[in-house]
Amino acid sequence: MRFNLTRRSLIALSLGFALSGSAFADVNLLNVSYDPTRELYQEYNAAFAKYWKAKTGETVTLKASHGGSGKQARSVIDGLDADVVTLALAADIDAVADAGLLAKDWQKKLPLNASPYTSTIVFLVRKGNPKKIKDWDDLVKPGIDVITPNPKTSGGARWNYLAAWAYAKHLKGGSDATAKEFVKKIYGNVKVLDSGARGSTTTFVERGIGDVLIAWENEAYLSLKELGPDKVEIVTPSVSILAEPPVAVVDKIVDKKGTRKVATEYLNYLYSPEGQEIAGKNYYRPTDKKVAAKFAKQFADLKLFTIDKEFGGWTNAQKTHFADGGLFDQIYVK
Amino acid sequence: MAATALHLHSDLAGRYESNPATRESAWVKWTVIGVSLTFFALFILLPLFIVFYEALRKGWEAYLVALVEPDALSSIKLTLLAAAISVPLNLVFGIAAAWAIAKFEFRGKSFLITLIDLPFSISPVVAGLIYVLVFGRTGWLGPWFIENDMRIVFAVPGIILATIFVTFPFIARELIPLMEAQGRDEEEASTVLGASGWQTFWYVTLPNIKWALLYGVILCNARAMGEFGAVSVVSGHIRGETNTMPLHIEIVYNEYKFSAAFAVASLLAILALVTLVLKTFIEWRATQTLKRSKT
Amino acid sequence: MPAFDSPQRKGRFMSSHNALPGFRLSLGYTLTWLSLIVLIPLSAVFVKTMELSFEQFWAIVTTPRVVASYQLTFGASLAAATINAVFGLLLAWCLVRYSFPGKKIVDSLIDLPFALPTAVAGIALTALWAGNGWVGSIVESQFGIKVAFTPWGVLLALVFIGLPFVVRTVQPVLEDLDFELEEAASSLGANRWQTIRRVIFPTLLPALLTGFALAFARAVGEYGSVIFIAGNMPMVSEITPLMIITKLEQYDYRGATAIATVMLIVSFVMLITINSLQAWTAKRNGKIK
Repeated sequence: MRFNLTRRSLIALSLGFALSGSAFADVNLLNVSYDPTRELYQEYNAAFAKYWKAKTGETVTLKASHGGSGKQARSVIDGLDADVVTLALAADIDAVADAGLLAKDWQKKLPLNASPYTSTIVFLVRKGNPKKIKDWDDLVKPGIDVITPNPKTSGGARWNYLAAWAYAKHLKGGSDATAKEFVKKIYGNVKVLDSGARGSTTTFVERGIGDVLIAWENEAYLSLKELGPDKVEIVTPSVSILAEPPVAVVDKIVDKKGTRKVATEYLNYLYSPEGQEIAGKNYYRPTDKKVAAKFAKQFADLKLFTIDKEFGGWTNAQKTHFADGGLFDQIYVK
Repeated sequence: MAATALHLHSDLAGRYESNPATRESAWVKWTVIGVSLTFFALFILLPLFIVFYEALRKGWEAYLVALVEPDALSSIKLTLLAAAISVPLNLVFGIAAAWAIAKFEFRGKSFLITLIDLPFSISPVVAGLIYVLVFGRTGWLGPWFIENDMRIVFAVPGIILATIFVTFPFIARELIPLMEAQGRDEEEASTVLGASGWQTFWYVTLPNIKWALLYGVILCNARAMGEFGAVSVVSGHIRGETNTMPLHIEIVYNEYKFSAAFAVASLLAILALVTLVLKTFIEWRATQTLKRSKT
Repeated sequence: MPAFDSPQRKGRFMSSHNALPGFRLSLGYTLTWLSLIVLIPLSAVFVKTMELSFEQFWAIVTTPRVVASYQLTFGASLAAATINAVFGLLLAWCLVRYSFPGKKIVDSLIDLPFALPTAVAGIALTALWAGNGWVGSIVESQFGIKVAFTPWGVLLALVFIGLPFVVRTVQPVLEDLDFELEEAASSLGANRWQTIRRVIFPTLLPALLTGFALAFARAVGEYGSVIFIAGNMPMVSEITPLMIITKLEQYDYRGATAIATVMLIVSFVMLITINSLQAWTAKRNGKIK
């Protein structure tokens, strides 16, 4: 019987650890986000904790989880207790909504499609741009090695893909057929498909693979800062896509934990001048006009397509392009 | 699973090399050694070396800073906790399984052994997935646990479960062949003389298996601390809360802090080296014990 | 070791009467714990897969991308296990038969791939073998072969993780070889190569095959070290465990479990093979150690 006793007490012990997580007296908020927002939310969380303390006197402990957008959404669906989700694209939050964790009209609950900051897709090339890459059509030229993550596992990669598609479709004589051909050619030049945006950046900058990296604008700037402007430079294409990484409160979890008020305020504060400032500092495009003007020099002015207009929203884009057997899969099947 | 079995060395090289009938010509010997050691250096030494090289590239100070950073510390703590719980559980299981399998005859024994081995050859990804299927929000038991405010996956218990799973066979497989070889005579004699089951186990069996047991524990521990794939699936990646050392390494690596990532990695490499030193020591001690018992 | 040997012990072993206590407790505990930790959770994979009709299941596990991933996973695992069989045998031979400086260190470091976390191995191998790494730059400029981010990278990682298995299964058998056997072969006029090929190698074969099978089984499921170095190109360098992850990230649980089922069946078959090989090894060597 001694065996059973030890086992039981150990299980009790391990359960105890699990419980202790939710037993803190102060408020405890978990933000489940995607890969490239690590630095943004590190800074923002500190600012918000200070703001909340000043406003209510409550100490809020902010926790963050980062990973591929799809993986993160899946974890929330499977039981990761996220008070708020801040993901790479609406389709991933839609999936959480489909699981019944938040209202289906979540995107209407916050201003601007629930996207407090935006970004776009740009190119990162080697210093001096030796291959003279200027625009999307340079990526399909023979001998150009392209690096982008896998759209199946990375949210950012889907924006990359759609930006290329939109560019090709808007060329003279462009159609869905020519766009498909164009995108196919780009992926024909892709040498490494990492599973996430961060993996691709490392492959490109640190491992020295490829001539051009298709990346989030904020990732491009950050890697410039972190990994050295002596190695790479940013090229802004003629057109790109307006990437709107959305945010939402997870209704079911905040109601259970009793954190709705602070969770809502956490997201609202993102729209405040302070929140917008932090977004701008971390190379996200602020949506607040005043703050945006302040950072205007940082971001190139280019024509941006929107997902709703070009692709009929994320649900549609997801189904046509990225579902199994969708257009992306067709590229690779000979 | 013989690959991990404790084996007792006796240096035979001298004997073979001194006899013309059992040795190869010098050029064959040195070619074989040359080829093998090149392979060894390329595949074992260089990867080990580069971990330390990269870790220390920015100097000792940066190295230490990377290790005492709060998130790093909490990942170290979690890793130690997961190992501290899963290794003893597998130890108890290993002894019980080895006792049943080695000391008794029953039908389906070899099938049982195959089942115990199963976690060894299952992809870690699948290992993580199964716990999500059982304990996830839409899983079999998940809703009940969530209803009662307990978290299994995306919390510490899930990480521990996944760790137990991937290290499941190690101790049992270490003990079974040894205990089978030792037979039952000593235990039977002890029972006949009136010792209770526990006494027999404690005073007769345990001394016979202690080195193999220790060896199994050390291997189990090394694997427990290093598991990545399975833990990654069930972790939830909450900073400072559900990241183990291997996961923390991945995170830091993804933050472009390569030296810091390698610094934490070097801790695990040191652990691997300590494991190997301990293992060598145990093999040496076990050989000594065996020699003494023979004379 | 007890002095009585096989025949008597075997006879008593088979008898139904057993004076030792604890059979029910230990077996009951083993089965309970095994069921809780391994069997019940594993059955979840099958139950989830059952939600698919057979046609759906078949369609998922035979899509071209998934089939390409099997080819890579099994092909690279087979190649890696073969490379390990060759070099593992050589290494084991060196460790048993030759004395050379640093032998003790080599002997203990052989197990490093087993003890080193796979993610660390993946990062370290990538850093070494990428086009700008120490080894990668040489290989690329001298031989024009790109290793990291191609199927070669997958092979490399699998060779790394599988190495200890062959060495550690062959080594003890080599140590146990009957010294007189070789002397006899020599005195009967066999030259060294004939002795090795006709006398030593057949004895080592079962152990070598076991090591090969273990390295193969381990390689098929490997994820952590491969993912960093593979490049993950669809149809080219995607391994099967990555396909499971990809399905999961698209919220396709059934698809993920369908592929997992295929992998589980393969693991199970591999294990049965390994265990019968080990039984063969034991018989071949004529004694239970």
